[in-house]
Amino acid sequence: MKRTFAAIAVAAATLTGASTSAWAQNYPTRPITMIVPFAAGGPTDVVARIVGESMSKTLGQQIVIENVAGAGGTTGITRGAQAQPDGYTIMMGHMGTHGAAPALYPKLRYDPTKDFAPIGMAAGTPILIVARKDYPAKDLKEFIARLKTEQDKANEAHAGVGSVSFTTCTMFNVMNGIKPTRVPYTGTGPVINDMIGGKVDYACDQIVNLVTQIQGGNIRAYAIATPARSPALPDVPTTKEAGLPDYQVSAWNAVFAPKNTPPAVVAKLNEALVKALDDPGTKKRLLDLGGVLPEGKERTSAWLGEYVAQEVARWTPILKAGGVVAP
Amino acid sequence: MEAFFGNLELGFTTALSLQNIALCFGGCLIGTLVGILPGVGPIATIAILLPLTFQVDPTGALIMLAGIYYGAQYGGSTTAILVNIPGEATSVVTTLDGHQMARNGRAGIALGVAAIGSFFAGTVATMVIAALGVPLTKLALIFGPAEYFSLMIMGLAFAVVLARGSILKAGAVIFVGLLLSTIGTDLQTGDERLTFGMIDLMDGIDFAVLAMGLFGFAEILRNLDNPETRDVVKTKIGRLLPSMQDFKDSALPVLRGTFLGGTLGILPGNGAVLGPFASYTLEKKLAKDPRRFGKGAIEGVAGPEAANNAGAQTAFIPLLTLGIPPNAVMALMVGAMTIHGIIPGPQVMTKTPELFWGMIASMWIGNLMLLIINLPLIGLWVRLLKVPYRLMFPAILLFCCIGIYSINNDAGDVLMTAFFGFAGYAFYKFGFEPAPLLLGFVLGKLMEEKLRQALILSRGDFATFVTSPVSAGLLLVAALVIVVAILPTVRKGREEAFLE
Repeated sequence: MKRTFAAIAVAAATLTGASTSAWAQNYPTRPITMIVPFAAGGPTDVVARIVGESMSKTLGQQIVIENVAGAGGTTGITRGAQAQPDGYTIMMGHMGTHGAAPALYPKLRYDPTKDFAPIGMAAGTPILIVARKDYPAKDLKEFIARLKTEQDKANEAHAGVGSVSFTTCTMFNVMNGIKPTRVPYTGTGPVINDMIGGKVDYACDQIVNLVTQIQGGNIRAYAIATPARSPALPDVPTTKEAGLPDYQVSAWNAVFAPKNTPPAVVAKLNEALVKALDDPGTKKRLLDLGGVLPEGKERTSAWLGEYVAQEVARWTPILKAGGVVAP
Repeated sequence: MEAFFGNLELGFTTALSLQNIALCFGGCLIGTLVGILPGVGPIATIAILLPLTFQVDPTGALIMLAGIYYGAQYGGSTTAILVNIPGEATSVVTTLDGHQMARNGRAGIALGVAAIGSFFAGTVATMVIAALGVPLTKLALIFGPAEYFSLMIMGLAFAVVLARGSILKAGAVIFVGLLLSTIGTDLQTGDERLTFGMIDLMDGIDFAVLAMGLFGFAEILRNLDNPETRDVVKTKIGRLLPSMQDFKDSALPVLRGTFLGGTLGILPGNGAVLGPFASYTLEKKLAKDPRRFGKGAIEGVAGPEAANNAGAQTAFIPLLTLGIPPNAVMALMVGAMTIHGIIPGPQVMTKTPELFWGMIASMWIGNLMLLIINLPLIGLWVRLLKVPYRLMFPAILLFCCIGIYSINNDAGDVLMTAFFGFAGYAFYKFGFEPAPLLLGFVLGKLMEEKLRQALILSRGDFATFVTSPVSAGLLLVAALVIVVAILPTVRKGREEAFLE
């Protein structure tokens, strides 16, 4: 606690000293609200809190997390998009809200590519393809081949339409021409429970939820959809190694501000975010969660803007092909 | 056995560090306070306090958060007895006889029995977790969608039988609850159902909104309507320590309640909510004179209170051993653990034994603290609740509004709570009991989810509910309960029992 106060005091002093006439240069002079569009405790919330803590120290003002959950995260992001573009309301967007949402919600009241000033990528969590431990396939190739012959006899479980597990598995199914019976749940917790119990066959999910179950041998992981293996699960092959190189997907989380936020403010926030990612303590906590951190140009605001456009362009046809009935 | 004691020793050495004792105490005190103040539930409190725990180590943080959780269970019972507002879903049943006891001038005894019964149940549950945590997780795995659905049916059957007034009215109210639970986005297709295009309804109605409206707001309206029947107990609280006879009357109910609540609490899917209901029904069935129930029967407080606390405790089993949160509070605990770099799951027990066993030991210490905090502080809580209405009402409403707002930071939720407040008032005026509605609502969501999952997995074959022995057994119990309640002779007795 003391250390935090000291850091704030020093930062505040520095800021006052360096004050110029430009308003943006003084930013921030009061606490910043970061909207997390999911309930407290979820993967996005955890990333936001870890990154936010370090950013607070750098900025010299507390970043207050406000959880505004609902409608697959779009409720909170809608609110964030409509906030004053003064840098005092920012938000943690993710793959769903800034990638899949336009295809899932035609009545969406924001455009991920136009209504935001991207700050920067925070952390992504890799997606794994997992199955019940006694599923009769020894590797990913056999697994896919078997799913193809079984088609709707196979049961795929997901955490509800629009969830990360739903969208990422839609991609997996579309890519391989599999049409399983899709069983909806209200969260990945119960999905994994029923998978351990042998009631459902497979699912796609974020690494955070799976590591201990895979290590404990309760469920089986066929592949991880990242370019490199995860240090948390060194035995799980990448999709590239396992023969499905095009299946590259991660549940990314990135910081956004409303559009028209002054460039100087965006730059300051990006700087604080990058500093957070370089902070050894913060970095370790994110990596311990199985997170993948952006490197080099992936840390810039401009790159995030391009990435969002790519994600929207990528998800829309996949979700349409997956036969998602948009609400 | 040796491992059992070794584990407990490790747990107690961890939990008895000065810092952890202080955190445990702080958690229990805050928990009791939020349990007593209607409107601020443990979910909101834990969410608000989560960032504060960044400063301490994970074990300490979880000890404190757990303290808030079971502290709130205690506090919730206090308001249930004194003000007839269940602070928690699990203390709904306590209002039935606990509040009547208070009206009969036995408030102190009711509070005393609730506290002692809860302590006993907590002690047993702690030992159960320590001894059976590992093997019991297998039980959770037996429960697939079909079994859950049948469990819910059984829960609703209990709710119908339990309700005051006519079975028809109780059934109708449960159906309203079920219908309310269908509002929101369809799980399977993502279509909006019954939302009328309102964004606030897209994710359905929040439990806290409904409960706070039907119970909190409506209670205030009701009291304004008829000021002299203010439900905060005006008579003396009286002695807290139950007499020998009270002990005798409540010993067996506490034992049975502990068993029922503890068993149901293990089930993921918020089985803990069913514990008090099941216990109450059981006690009423076993009683020599069931007519005393609803009029201040001590068994109707002792059993459900023990069940409530045992369930609150054993609900940690699926979380700690499988990493599966059985309810919203536990889901927050998962979040707290991950923030601290601990990923809940079977590995927690082996990788960080001091956290696992420390938390379990702290539960027992926490229960002891609650007994110590609460017995002497009941006077203070009562004084808090005896504040004049003109001061109390705005304060309660304010706390409710803050609590509701803080869940989703959404003003729409506060308006919706006000709406349900009026609805609850109407219910009261027309002689409908709102408690079954709440249960119907809580179980409805899960029931629909599990029904559809089970039918998807069986490719539409309803036989799946009877081919599984567990599921068939649960359905049988549900059928029996309903039949017994409907049998004319029994029904006559039952109506007499509820006659006020």
